[in-house]
Amino acid sequence: MTAPPARPALLQARALAFRRQDEPVFGPLDFSVGAGEIALVEGDNGSGKTTLLRILAGLLHVDEGELSWRGEPWQGDAHLGDILFLGHHLGLKGDLSPRENLAVAAGLYGRRDGLAPADALRQIGLAGYEDEPVRRLSAGQKKRAALVRLLLLPATLWLLDEPYANLDRSGIEMVNGLLAQHAARGGAALVTSHGAVSFLDGAPRRIRMHA
Amino acid sequence: MSRPPLAAACAAVLRRDLVLAWRRRGDIAMPVLYALIVATLFPFALGPEEALLQRIAGGVVLVTVLLAMLLALDAMFRGDIEDGSLEQLVLAPQPLALMLGMKILAHWITTALPLIVIAPLLAGMLHLPGAAMSVLLLALLLATPLLSLLGAILVALTAGTRRSGMLLALMLLPLCVPVVIFAAGAVSAAQQGLPWLAPVAWLGAALAMALVLAPLACAAALRIALDA
Amino acid sequence: MANWIPLWLHKLGSPPIFYRFAGTLRPWALALALLLGMAALYGGLVLAPADYQQGDAYRIIFIHVPSAWMSLFIYGVMALASFIALVWRIKLAEVVAMESAPIGAAFTFVTLVTGSLWGKPMWGTWWTWDARLTSELVLLFLYLGVIGLYHAFEDRRQGARAAAFLALIGIVNVPIVHFSVNWWNTLHQGSTVRILGPSKMSGDMLWPLLTMMAATKFYYIASLFGRVRADLLALESGKDWVRQIAEAEAGR
Repeated sequence: MTAPPARPALLQARALAFRRQDEPVFGPLDFSVGAGEIALVEGDNGSGKTTLLRILAGLLHVDEGELSWRGEPWQGDAHLGDILFLGHHLGLKGDLSPRENLAVAAGLYGRRDGLAPADALRQIGLAGYEDEPVRRLSAGQKKRAALVRLLLLPATLWLLDEPYANLDRSGIEMVNGLLAQHAARGGAALVTSHGAVSFLDGAPRRIRMHA
Repeated sequence: MSRPPLAAACAAVLRRDLVLAWRRRGDIAMPVLYALIVATLFPFALGPEEALLQRIAGGVVLVTVLLAMLLALDAMFRGDIEDGSLEQLVLAPQPLALMLGMKILAHWITTALPLIVIAPLLAGMLHLPGAAMSVLLLALLLATPLLSLLGAILVALTAGTRRSGMLLALMLLPLCVPVVIFAAGAVSAAQQGLPWLAPVAWLGAALAMALVLAPLACAAALRIALDA
Repeated sequence: MANWIPLWLHKLGSPPIFYRFAGTLRPWALALALLLGMAALYGGLVLAPADYQQGDAYRIIFIHVPSAWMSLFIYGVMALASFIALVWRIKLAEVVAMESAPIGAAFTFVTLVTGSLWGKPMWGTWWTWDARLTSELVLLFLYLGVIGLYHAFEDRRQGARAAAFLALIGIVNVPIVHFSVNWWNTLHQGSTVRILGPSKMSGDMLWPLLTMMAATKFYYIASLFGRVRADLLALESGKDWVRQIAEAEAGR
């Protein structure tokens, strides 16, 4: 795929603001994310990083400002399936194994061609744990069991809330590898981080949050 | 990108919930045990007189089943909310109402069906005449899915709150009054040798309507409750 | 088309404007409610003749019937406001719906208590599973469910939306409950006791009843406006117009 400059950004926000009980959570925010772009959402605790991601995922109602998706106004369910959201809660069932959890996700979201679930689980570093109930895994392994969705599910925009939490050095490198691969494929991602340390490779685009 | 077929998504959700329930078989037994205990208490409270027990048997079994279902209702979405599975379900490129319908179906299979299976036992303990037994089972088969569907809407509404046990009962009462009236009416009519088809038909009509509307209402309620 | 109507409604929907509007209207509504209420009570308790069947016991209808009517009317208002709140996300509609619920519950409660008081001389018992009384009881539970759900949420606007949804489910449910309870009543009791006999109501009984209905309406308006004003202040406490009011109050 070629990317001519005239192509509209995947996701564009204009004067996006959010209030909770009339208290502003984050101020008017302008940004856009294009294909092949990885953006880092920075901010202190309580600056609204998670809220922003939940709005973009479509879980929260937009109060003020405009959002557009592929140049069209954001509405309804049109973007569902194009977006993969990974929040604080990983969306894993403790009584199911990573393999079963992944099968449910693939049943709902579909699968990217050319990769078998078993290979995805191996790539993410869960070889030997595929059939262990998730509740018996360590925090880092649970994170990997959720991140494996990034490998298998087809989505253009990834919204990752603290994807590096609980991961060891090799896990962090793996996430960066996944992001690079995704960007090369023409995908985009928004990644939050506390702001103290950025694990992302290179010089990503930054979206600075302040209340 | 290929959207997964609808049937596969439905099967995935249904299968997941059934497997989860099976891995926690003990939880399935709780409502059954509860119904058994409640039904056993009635003869102790009212005396073992057969004529009296016979008269109240149908109503007692219905109310007992209703209470046992209420006990299990709260768990319908709670686990999924706590571990984030519900967010993943809401964001999936699938019709949410249908996915929730699958969850309700799984919930009915795991909580109401065992209760229906032991209902003849409960009714037998209370000396319900054999002639009314089949009507009781028919009424339960229509009333319990109705309660699951109505209950699902209310559970979805309370999804954003912490405590919901008592509140759920308060909210469900007005909705289940007609269900109890018609289900118990059918049984008591059958017991008196009167025609019982009309109340059963009303239940069936209500169930048909709820099957279509309740999942949609449930999806709308869930969207409201999650928007926090 | 009459363009000014939506515009006017839109303006009224803004909290500061409604706050002032309700503030001006509230004393008048309250005064009218008191005046009409007193006139109706005088007419009903003193002027109206005793019933030839029930004697003086019937006089409770001057409270009971208007309350029963209001309990349904307020539910209708609440459901309408709920619908507006859910579809257009108007804050004022949420507040009106949620502040109507306790008033409606109070009227329902009064209806039940007066109905039961009336039942004692009429039927010889405080409570009877009469179709209308039973429906009214279910209505009370509906109101309580809405109030309970509203307060179960930490975020008040979210609670209002969830409770508004419940109110809408309830409005579908009310006729079904009434129908089913009627059916149940005929099944179990054979013939129901009729509250109001076939006898026609004479004019000097009718006017106090209608006056009382108007009085309860005005009372509802006054009470609702007072509650909505207080709620708007709490909800919009961060806004400038509330700060100005607070400063004006403090400076007085």
